[in-house]
Amino acid sequence: MMMKLFKTSAAAAALAVALMLGAGPAMAEVGKPPARDWSFDGMFGTFDRGAAQRGFQVYQEVCAACHSLKLVAYRNLSGIGLSEDQIKAIAAEVEVTDGPNDEGEMFQRPARPSDRFVKPFANDNAARAANNGALPPDLSLMVKARKGGADYLQALLTGYKEEPPAGIKLSEGMNYNLYFPGNQIAMAPPVADDAVEYADGTKATADQIATDVATFLAWAAEPELEERKRLGIKVLLFLIVLTAMMYALKRQIWSDQH
Amino acid sequence: MSNKFLENPVIKWIEYRLPVFSFINESVGSGYPTPKNLNYWWNFGSLAGIVLAIMVATGIVLAMNYTPHVDYAFESVERIMRDVNYGWLMRYIHMNGGSMFFIVVYIHLFRGMYYGSYKKPRELLWIIGIIIFLTMMATAFMGYVLPWGQQSFWAATVITNLFSAIPLIGEYIVTWLWGGFSVDNPTLNRFYAFHYLLPFVLFGLVFVHLWALHVHKSNNPLGIDIKGPQDTIPFHPYYTMKDLFGLGVFLIFFMFFVFFAPNFFGEPDNYIKANPMVTPTHIVPEWYFLPSYAVLRAVPDIWFISAKLGGVIGMFGFTLVLLLLPWLDRSPVRSAQFRPIYRQFFWVFVADCFILGWVGANTPDAVFYGIPFLWIGRVATVYYFGHILVLIPLISILEKPKTLPDSISAAVTAKGAAPDTAQGAAE
Repeated sequence: MMMKLFKTSAAAAALAVALMLGAGPAMAEVGKPPARDWSFDGMFGTFDRGAAQRGFQVYQEVCAACHSLKLVAYRNLSGIGLSEDQIKAIAAEVEVTDGPNDEGEMFQRPARPSDRFVKPFANDNAARAANNGALPPDLSLMVKARKGGADYLQALLTGYKEEPPAGIKLSEGMNYNLYFPGNQIAMAPPVADDAVEYADGTKATADQIATDVATFLAWAAEPELEERKRLGIKVLLFLIVLTAMMYALKRQIWSDQH
Repeated sequence: MSNKFLENPVIKWIEYRLPVFSFINESVGSGYPTPKNLNYWWNFGSLAGIVLAIMVATGIVLAMNYTPHVDYAFESVERIMRDVNYGWLMRYIHMNGGSMFFIVVYIHLFRGMYYGSYKKPRELLWIIGIIIFLTMMATAFMGYVLPWGQQSFWAATVITNLFSAIPLIGEYIVTWLWGGFSVDNPTLNRFYAFHYLLPFVLFGLVFVHLWALHVHKSNNPLGIDIKGPQDTIPFHPYYTMKDLFGLGVFLIFFMFFVFFAPNFFGEPDNYIKANPMVTPTHIVPEWYFLPSYAVLRAVPDIWFISAKLGGVIGMFGFTLVLLLLPWLDRSPVRSAQFRPIYRQFFWVFVADCFILGWVGANTPDAVFYGIPFLWIGRVATVYYFGHILVLIPLISILEKPKTLPDSISAAVTAKGAAPDTAQGAAE
């Protein structure tokens, strides 16, 4: 009965929220992420392989400590230009639980390309416990799940301020970010100059790191993007020619009515 | 239909037992006489039918790979996007197809209103059309819930809760709709079942819609009756070809979004898995529900009717009031082309609908040059109902229509040997 009461009132509250939207606490000014040029923008856009691979390195060395990427499998990495052997080696670096075996026991084995990215925490509660109560969200769809997409991600990663503006008091363990809704974010500034050492020799400025990881995550969210745009060009060209021909045929058929 | 075709022995054998070929011919073939002056606004009816077919075709493929369970629905959609061959294509066509369906149907509705297509003897045709529209909205709403993202979940919560506004039994109805005490697995399961069923109901309704259409034939830009064979041309090949050309143009528009801006009409929040514990800061419906959503939020407490109940009545009334149109409009003239006053107010009405959509997309306490959206929404709501319930009857009585042409063919030939320009003017 208590449960029922709670649930109906929660639902009623939801309706109330919907009916008088924006009655929430007044928020500090949140910056609009500046629009950037991305390699995957436009009708012919493709993922810059170098940036995506560097971004993968950043994910592995920085983000993966807290953030899962559970919808992506290691085999998918061929999409950013990694070879089969590279993918096998990357997967084999981590262990996954498999089983039960013939004795009925679960066992550990090295990950295979067909496995999804191994999560840093066993479950959400473990993730919260290790992160001051905040849950680091899964990053598989992050670029699609935020207004502004990659622009927002880039801005967020580089939008930290050491000191909040006068008059704003940060809660315990929070950081000030220009672009995060409400400006208070639990994630500590994740990128800084030389936070990683790039294998390809690219200079790892904070901005470069943010751009690379945003490119990688854009790929993770839309691995079909390149195929989609390539097919789209063909479909549109086909339709334009077909429609032009149908227009000519229509004119011809209707000519005896004119 | 050519005689040669009907003389084929197999065709003849079938036709003698089941006259399906003459039925098709009289429905969409050369046996269906159509006014010769239809303009391109008349393309949108057949387009809507084609979009319905596209939705059913892609929907069935999606259904083969979707799992209607709160623990798997979101992941199964992502599996379709990532692992199923061309799953992303099917899903993006289906997702954008919903928006395309509404664009096409809204234009179809406005066309009916401009040219008076709801008037005698097409009242039932119009009413069936509104029922189709309502069924379509229910189908779209339930389909939006299936990916089980944040907007899915909260849209389902908000909309089902509207029924709690019904006095006395409201709460029980909501529990009954949910199949529990909150939007949960039973809700998702039944929404999926209905989302699969309703398109077939739509097919049935479309059939009845066409049946009623074929009794008195299509209306036309002049809004005058067909007086004889000189006013008509056969549907095939003239309008089949015109519709095909229109379909080509429409598909270019449709496919542009599918391939290059597939999430244009969507909300980023729906790529976050549903979480009953976290309310999104801004719950917005799909764009096609924004005008009625604005009406829902515009209604204040009126006397003994709470804002909530009033809002719900307003929201449903927003569509249902259209059912009265054939009797509210007393003007004997159908086409707005010959109704100088009505024509101007028609465009004000169209603008008002856009304003309501714009208000629906904003929070009521947001302001536009110092005017709260709540008040813009209220004024636009009053105009919407005022236009239909007051202005339309009033204009139809007071307005002096222009002289109608004697016949369709007279009007077409009087304007010279270029009916295309005459059609252009009709628009």
